[in-house]
Amino acid sequence: MSNIVIFGATSAIATACARDWLAAGHNLFLVGRNADKLEIMRTDLMVRSTQKQTIATATADLNDFSTHEALYAQAAQALGAPDIVLVAHGSLPDQKACEASVELTMQEIRTNALSVISLTTLAANLFEPQREGTIAVIGSVAGDRGRQSNYVYGAAKGMVDIFLQGLRNRMAKASVTVLTIKPGFVDTPMTAHIPTKGVLWSTPGQIGQGIIQAVKRKRNVVYLPWFWRIIMLIIRSIPEAIFRKLAL
Amino acid sequence: MRDDIKSWNRLPAVRHQHVLDIQARTACLPLPPGKETCIPFGNGRSYGDVCLNPDAAVIRTRALDHMIAFDRERGRITCEGGVILADILDLVTPQGWFPPVTPGTRFVTVGGCVANDVHGKNHHDTGSFGNHVRSFELLRSDGQRLICSTEQNADWFAATIGGLGLTGLITQVTFDLLPIANPFMVTQAYRFSTLDEFWHLNARAEREWPYTVAWIDCTRQNGRGILFAGQHAPPQPELPVWKSRHRTVPVDLPFSCINSLSLKAFNEIYYRQKLPRDRYVAHYVPYFYPLDAIENLNRIYGTKAFYQYQCVLPPQVSADGLAELMRQISRSGMGSFLAVLKTFGTRPAMGTLSFPRPGATLALDFPNMGEKTLQLLNRLDSVVASAGGALYPAKDARMSAAMFRRGFPQWEKMLPFVDPRFSSGFWSRVNEPEG
Repeated sequence: MSNIVIFGATSAIATACARDWLAAGHNLFLVGRNADKLEIMRTDLMVRSTQKQTIATATADLNDFSTHEALYAQAAQALGAPDIVLVAHGSLPDQKACEASVELTMQEIRTNALSVISLTTLAANLFEPQREGTIAVIGSVAGDRGRQSNYVYGAAKGMVDIFLQGLRNRMAKASVTVLTIKPGFVDTPMTAHIPTKGVLWSTPGQIGQGIIQAVKRKRNVVYLPWFWRIIMLIIRSIPEAIFRKLAL
Repeated sequence: MRDDIKSWNRLPAVRHQHVLDIQARTACLPLPPGKETCIPFGNGRSYGDVCLNPDAAVIRTRALDHMIAFDRERGRITCEGGVILADILDLVTPQGWFPPVTPGTRFVTVGGCVANDVHGKNHHDTGSFGNHVRSFELLRSDGQRLICSTEQNADWFAATIGGLGLTGLITQVTFDLLPIANPFMVTQAYRFSTLDEFWHLNARAEREWPYTVAWIDCTRQNGRGILFAGQHAPPQPELPVWKSRHRTVPVDLPFSCINSLSLKAFNEIYYRQKLPRDRYVAHYVPYFYPLDAIENLNRIYGTKAFYQYQCVLPPQVSADGLAELMRQISRSGMGSFLAVLKTFGTRPAMGTLSFPRPGATLALDFPNMGEKTLQLLNRLDSVVASAGGALYPAKDARMSAAMFRRGFPQWEKMLPFVDPRFSSGFWSRVNEPEG
C-alpha cells in the first residue's frame, strides 16, 4: 500500500488515476482549488472504496508557492510519508489572448511551469533522504516543440520537461523515479471547447491507466497513447526552416 | 456551431449553437445566451433527437460522474446523474447487488435512465427504472433545486420520470438495488418457428423467469426466433471464469453492412445457431449487454446511419398487430438482424410520459435508405396507431405530433412542468402545430 499525493486532483485525468489507485488499495491525499469539487470527489472515493483506506483533502491555490511546503506536511500527517507524488494541475491558455497580454502569458507560465517546479523540487528533497519515491508529472506533447497555435502552453510544458530531465538525473543516485507523462489530445473539460474529436483523441480513463502502468514500471518518460512518441519524433525532426512556415 | 454531438443512431445529423458542460452537481446550470433553449446530454446512448437540440444548446453531464452514497446493507445507491450503469455495476455487483432495471447497454447514464424511464428484460416482473427511484434532485433554469420523490414534489417526480430531460437537469438520483448471490445468470434459450409458438412460450417463460426477451427474424413473416429467459444465479459452489474482450468497429464505414442479402444470411445463421439444450450459467455482461462487446457498433450502418423503431401494442391486439408489423417489415426486405420482441407487464409506470405499458413491444433497426425507409416507418405507424399503441420517444427521430399525442394522451399534463429554457429536437417536432 502506497501513500499518494495528487496535486490538481479534481482534473479529469487525475480523477481517473485516483479511482484506479483507490481500487488498488492505496491511500490518497488530494489537493485541489475548488473545495466543493474536492468534497464531491472525496465522497465518491469513499463510496467506491472497499477496504480501510485514508482519503484526505486540502484546498489550495497552487500558484501561491508559499503553501507548497505546508501541503506536503499536511499530507504526511494524514497518510504518513508519501511514496508517490502526481502533479496534474494545469490550464490550457488562450494563445491569442496571451499574445495580447504579457501579464496573462506570465500567469500561464506560472501555473503550468513555475508551480510545478516548486512542487517537484520539494518532493525531490523529501524523497532524496528516503532513497525511494516516485515523482510523476503530467507534461504534454506540446512541450516537445514550439508551435504558433499554442507556444505559451508548449513553452511551460517544455520548461517542465527539461527541469525534470535534470531532476531525474540528480535523483538517479537516490533511486527516486522521476516520470514525465506526455499525453496527446485528451477529451477533458480543459479541451471541451474543441469540437469534433478524431482518432488522435483519448479519454481521461485511457490516459489514467497509462499513468498507473508507467508509475508501476518506474518509467522515465511516457507518451500516452504510445503513438504520440512517433508523431512527436516526426514533428521534432522537421528542419526549423521548413517548420517556421507550417501552420501547426 | 458544432456538429459533433450525436445520438446513438447518428440520425438526425444536426448542429448545435452551444455545447455546454455542467461543472459539478453543486454548480450553477450553464445556460445559453438569450432565449436559446438547452437539453441535457448524457452519454449519447438514446436514439434520434430526444437528447439533441438543433440550432440551440445541449448541456453535457459527464462531469457529474460521482457516487454519493451506497448502503450496502439495504441495497440503496445515490449517485450523480451522469454516472453510467457500468460504473454502478462495477461497484455494486461484488457487494451482492444489481441495478433493478437495465436497458441493453450499460453505457447509459442514470439521469438518462430516469428521463427515459428505461425498461429491461424484467419488465413483466419488475416494472421500469422509475418504479425503483426513491428520489432525485432536479436543477431548474431559474436556479431552483427540487428534491423529488413520491412524498415530496410528487408532481415533479411524475413529470420528470420519462420526462425526456425537459423538466430540468437531474443532478443526482437515489434508487433501490436488487439483491443477487453472484454476478452470474442462469439462462435458457427456446427456439420458436411461428408467432403463435412465441406467445405460448412467452406466457410460460414469464411465469417462470424474471428476465425474458426474444430475438425475432424480421425477414420472415411467420415470425421465427429465439426466446432467451434468465434469472440471477443462486449461490454456486464454484463460479465460472469470465474475462471481457474488447472489440471495436474502428472507423466509419462508407457504406452499410446491412443489406437485404446480408440481412437474410445473418438471420438464417442466427436462427440456426446451436443452442444449449439445458439451462446454462453465463456472466451478466454477455447476458445483458452482448452488443456492448463491440465498441462503436453503430458504425456498421455506414455514414447514412440508421433508424431505430420501437413500438408497444396493447395486449388485446398484440398478436394481430405484431403479425401485421411482421408482414410489412418482411415484405419490405429492410430491417436488421437486431429485432427484439418482449412483453411488458402490468406494473404501472411512474412517469406522465413513460413509455412502458401492458402489451408487446417490438424494437428493431432500419438502415437509412432515405424516403423508402421513412415510407415503411409511416406504414408501421398506421398499424401501431390503429392498434392504439405508441412509439418510444427515446428511440425516435421522426414521429409526428399526431402520433405522439395518440400514444401519450397525457401529454398536456406535462406542459406546466417543462422548463421554459428546455427543449429538444424531439419536443419541438411533436409540438409543431398540426397541419
